Amino acid sequence: MIDIIINVTLLTFLVITAVAIVRITNLFAIIMLFSMFSFLSAGLFIVMDAVDVAFTEAAVGAGISTVLMLATLALTKDQKEKPFTVHRPWLPLTVVIVTGTALVYGTWDIAPFGAPDAPAQTHVAPDYLKRSIPETGIPNVVTSVLASYRGFDTLGEVTVVFTAGIAVMLLIGSRRKSTNLKQRKGAQDDT
Amino acid sequence: MTHNLILRVVSKTLIPLIILFALYVQFHGDFGPGGGFQAGVIMSAAIILYALVFGLDAAEKVIPPPLLRILASLGVVIYAGVGVVSLFFGGNYLNYSVLAESQVAGQHLGILLVELGVGITVFSVMLIIYFTFAGRSRP
Repeated sequence: MIDIIINVTLLTFLVITAVAIVRITNLFAIIMLFSMFSFLSAGLFIVMDAVDVAFTEAAVGAGISTVLMLATLALTKDQKEKPFTVHRPWLPLTVVIVTGTALVYGTWDIAPFGAPDAPAQTHVAPDYLKRSIPETGIPNVVTSVLASYRGFDTLGEVTVVFTAGIAVMLLIGSRRKSTNLKQRKGAQDDT
Repeated sequence: MTHNLILRVVSKTLIPLIILFALYVQFHGDFGPGGGFQAGVIMSAAIILYALVFGLDAAEKVIPPPLLRILASLGVVIYAGVGVVSLFFGGNYLNYSVLAESQVAGQHLGILLVELGVGITVFSVMLIIYFTFAGRSRP
């Protein structure tokens, strides 16, 4: 019962935050709302007993990405551009309603949350749960699946993170130095 | 923000605790929630807090950007290297069971090293991204 109350509260706040993100034009407020959205999702993940995911969502989604977006905001204007074309809402509205109806229709076939005979619970999950302790001795199955059974996936993920760092350095990292050099040169020329 | 006394004092107390928590999350990931990804992010959050309060230059003195670039690649090398080492011990790539005498000890060692590699890479890439973006707005 308490689960339902918490879920409904969190989901209501989630919807309110999402609507606010769409409506508000102040980018600073939007970033803060994004952060709230992440925290609310983290809360939902905790209710679903996915503490590892909730931890990541709170640390990455609410923490680091907020800081990174604020750092980006410092480089840009803090107001969204006003849309200058007035378009008719009917086509987008129809598309959204049709898609939403299809998605809601799709949820009717989903097994109830935590159902033991759901495909997610009967495929490889019981295998991992049985094998983790005797094979790896690690009680947190999330870690043993992430680092050992699915080690290749995680290697790929780390490479993606590494590539992201390289891409940021290549795209906007080096330019700062050259402008600094130019400024220094200019300063020297002035003196 | 450099003149705000309360921020300076509070963050000086908080940063060691954040780093300690990051290390706990890193090395306790086998038993509780957490692991390399979360630990790396929390660790970088500590440095970012330092950079926000004490300025970017002070933070770049703590961890110079060239060192970060080495660390970012070092993490991937540690991860991929564990796989190569397990090849030399006669197992498949990333099969940690052959790293130590018993299977459980080998798995434990392998997962610890791999998570360490993940943590180092995530930590340094997050800082690289932050330093790059924040450095652009530096006068």
